[in-house]
Amino acid sequence: MNASSLTSILIWLPVAGAILIWLLPLSRYATGALAMLFSLAEVGFWIEQAARFNFSQSGLQMEQRARWFGDLGVSYHVGVYGFSVWLVGLTVVAMAACTGYGFWVGRDRSRGYFGLMLLLTGATVGVFQAQDLLLFYAFFEAMLIPLYVLIGVWGGARRMEATIKFVIYTMAGSLLMLAAIIVYGLKSGTFDLVDGPTSASRWLFLGFMVAFVIKAPLFPFHGWLPDAYREAPPEVSAVLSGVIAKAGLYGMLRIAIAKFPEPTSFYRTAVLALAAMALVYGSLLAFRSTDFRGVVAYSSLAQSGLIALGLFAGKDLGFDGAVLQMVAHGLISASLFLIAGAVERRTTTGEFRLLGGMARGRPALATLLMTVGIISLAVPGSASFAGEFLILAGVFQRAWWWSAIGAGAIVLAAMYMLRLISAVLHEARGSTVADEALDLRPGELALVVPLVGVLLALSAWPAGISHHSFFGPSPAATVKGQFK
Amino acid sequence: MSLHTTHVDWFGLGTIFVLIGASFLALLCAVLVPRAMRRVASASISTTGFAAGIVLSVWLYVESADGHTIVSGAFYRDRWTALGQVILCGVGLATTLVGMEHVPGWGRGADQSRRDDHIAEFYALLLASAAGMTFFVGAGNLMTLFLSLEWFSIALYIMCAIDYDLEGSLEAGLKYLIVGSFGAAALLFGSALVYGATGTISFHGIATAVGTKGLTGDTFLVVGIALIVAGLAFKMSAAPFHMWTPDVYEGAPTTVTAWMSSATKVAALLLAFRLMTTAFPHEGRLWGWAFAVVATASLAIGNFAALVQRNVKRILAYSSISHAGFMLIAVSAGSALGGRALMYYLVPYSAMAFGSFAIVAARERELGVPVTLDNLAGFGWERPFLGVAMWFFMFGFAGLPLGGGFVGKFYVLAAAYRHGWVWLVIVGVLATLVSLYYYLGIVRAMYMRPSEELQVQPGGSVAVSGGAPAAERLLHVAVGAALAVSVGSLFAVQPLIDLARHAAKALPI
Repeated sequence: MNASSLTSILIWLPVAGAILIWLLPLSRYATGALAMLFSLAEVGFWIEQAARFNFSQSGLQMEQRARWFGDLGVSYHVGVYGFSVWLVGLTVVAMAACTGYGFWVGRDRSRGYFGLMLLLTGATVGVFQAQDLLLFYAFFEAMLIPLYVLIGVWGGARRMEATIKFVIYTMAGSLLMLAAIIVYGLKSGTFDLVDGPTSASRWLFLGFMVAFVIKAPLFPFHGWLPDAYREAPPEVSAVLSGVIAKAGLYGMLRIAIAKFPEPTSFYRTAVLALAAMALVYGSLLAFRSTDFRGVVAYSSLAQSGLIALGLFAGKDLGFDGAVLQMVAHGLISASLFLIAGAVERRTTTGEFRLLGGMARGRPALATLLMTVGIISLAVPGSASFAGEFLILAGVFQRAWWWSAIGAGAIVLAAMYMLRLISAVLHEARGSTVADEALDLRPGELALVVPLVGVLLALSAWPAGISHHSFFGPSPAATVKGQFK
Repeated sequence: MSLHTTHVDWFGLGTIFVLIGASFLALLCAVLVPRAMRRVASASISTTGFAAGIVLSVWLYVESADGHTIVSGAFYRDRWTALGQVILCGVGLATTLVGMEHVPGWGRGADQSRRDDHIAEFYALLLASAAGMTFFVGAGNLMTLFLSLEWFSIALYIMCAIDYDLEGSLEAGLKYLIVGSFGAAALLFGSALVYGATGTISFHGIATAVGTKGLTGDTFLVVGIALIVAGLAFKMSAAPFHMWTPDVYEGAPTTVTAWMSSATKVAALLLAFRLMTTAFPHEGRLWGWAFAVVATASLAIGNFAALVQRNVKRILAYSSISHAGFMLIAVSAGSALGGRALMYYLVPYSAMAFGSFAIVAARERELGVPVTLDNLAGFGWERPFLGVAMWFFMFGFAGLPLGGGFVGKFYVLAAAYRHGWVWLVIVGVLATLVSLYYYLGIVRAMYMRPSEELQVQPGGSVAVSGGAPAAERLLHVAVGAALAVSVGSLFAVQPLIDLARHAAKALPI
């Protein structure tokens, strides 16, 4: 098989799976099994992609290009860089775990559900591989469609408000991005991200950034976040915060920073300030949250801020750290949301005042939650410690007080994470925690343990990502040189 | 003394004559064929007519690379006409299929025993209106323009009122007749003024006369153009000439609404683009701005008014007003890119508009009452195929990348930007944002509310055996075709754009 066809396979295989599932009148079990098969095949193809990717070669790899509509210079152009490989990997691994979770809990209307999950996989992989602006936009929007239905149909009691807020917020951002794309593309005569020139237009930069900061999200564009993360089914929340949010951050790196160097430095302080605010404010809200998912949701806001801090520092270490942290946090929050789902299934609630004492007699749950929690609060030696350290070191080179703020927020992270762990696992037994509530079942372990395993592997060798994301000795120079 | 006769290019008028012929045959069916066979017989005639129309117009497209006028300049035989005729005949074919199972307006008190009474007349009128429209898109002077406009309008007036035992249908027909006549009168008056100013009625002649006589800015000409714009805006239901649209779309039998909402717009917009660029190139700034303002008004009124509607047909009516606004952005740009954008946009638009109304027709028949957001509850799960199709149409209308509507919007906005109108791009983007709310509202109603919330039990007054929904195979075929066109146009952009480019070459832009 030709290596370059891997990019297209990774996008269209799950889409084909979705169509197949919609067409075949299979039982619930068979549908779920088929969806799992496609998700795992997707992981397999990604491993093949990562194995064949040449990290010591510059520029775009596994490129595929076909005419879409020529008169405006729009093409189907896909390919991967080092950092895209890692984000695609995050997507397929997290999506496989989340699809598996849906299978495990036996979502009703299974054909609709699994088809949409596969569609979401394809669209998200497309975002990370698209090298044409309009194609990027199409995939960016296409992510929204399955998410809307997944939250709206399988979500919690207040799902209606959550979906409307989510859709209107994100569409407001992305439609401004569409206007910016039209202007940029027609001005430069091509919509291609690789061939396209850099631009000095501040308006265009802002048009793109609005879409990305809403998707990420950063303060104060996070209004949709708490509702969506609480009302979505747990595995969809896991996808939202673990993978979809990263699409916004990826957009900042691939488009906003790379294509708009002048506006980036003009607005650097403003974006860094928003990022720092998201970090501090998100951490504080996470500390004040009274439920499991609230803590994870707001900590995602904080982490998005941290990653944006690393990206907009514009320094070598910041870029390396940001990519590492995107993957690490994606895995962490996916695991945490899946564990939150497991806890909610046993106790019917995520409220801290009704939980507690779940560690007794449930060693697997306790071990996993402790492990993920400890990694997430960036204990030295963990993957997220490496990521956060690199980000803070990068932003330190910009100005020392940015990293002072960041370091302060990491202390807050320790506080809210330990509070979460003790409120769920320790303290007095909560009123909803019955003795009969089981420990994690083998099915659940099979989903969460691999995620944690990858996290532990990354903790052992963070350089696997941080040294293999950008070609050349200086990531900042690579980004400035359009990744060539 | 020998009578001088002009040479008539019968082949150039082929599509129109085929449709008229089929219309006469269908009318004969009403008299000669026994009632039991009438539905099948007239539908077969209609199917054959439209299929032959498609073949002929494709043939015409291939054979008309060099566009020219025929019949003494009365009609354009070019690719712009031919492509428009293909779209119109395609929609007509789909309407034929849906009409087979859905005319007269199902489920609203239609008398079972008399349901085949007027089916042949329905097909005769459908074919006649289609013939009028296929003539209209190729009209070459103000006389043929007006005649063909009246021709298809009168057929549509009757079609709206074809369920004459229903008050809503009669009201729709009457309302459309009165408002439509007003629009036609404005158009006629405008044509008279333009003729008075330039001394000619042929599109090319007007442009030449304005150029040679230095008429730019002439009062008669300007007022004439304004009235013509208003008259055409009535037909394409663009604000502020849209008042009739929601009422007529709601009252008319849903099959007729589906036909009107897609075909009338195709005809009116294609003709408007040709007329303006051919006859009034010197006044480009004037009508460019006029259409830009009308587009903005349509986008604003269509989208905001749709937000508060509960009746699905009314929501879709307002949505069609807002889409007229989008397509008028392309007209107002008046460029080759605008022409391509318009032609492209019409393909997924007409498929989605037709398909969504056809689905409403199916639900209407099932429930026996007008379809509202409330009684759509659970529809998506009960009728998976129609639900998924509606899902695609709604997201496609909203400009999400599930269909050609996405590329259409992109093209239209690109045309506006090329024209130097960034503000119009912003207007289009904001309108799309507002429209999301009601399009998603329909999806929400179909999928996210349990059918237990339904006040009316499915299988109302005309339930077919035991309340199970009727098979409606032909409707499924038509909706499936619309779905294929709307999704396919997302992937096959380049071929469609190539067709549209060749078509737009026929215009002097």
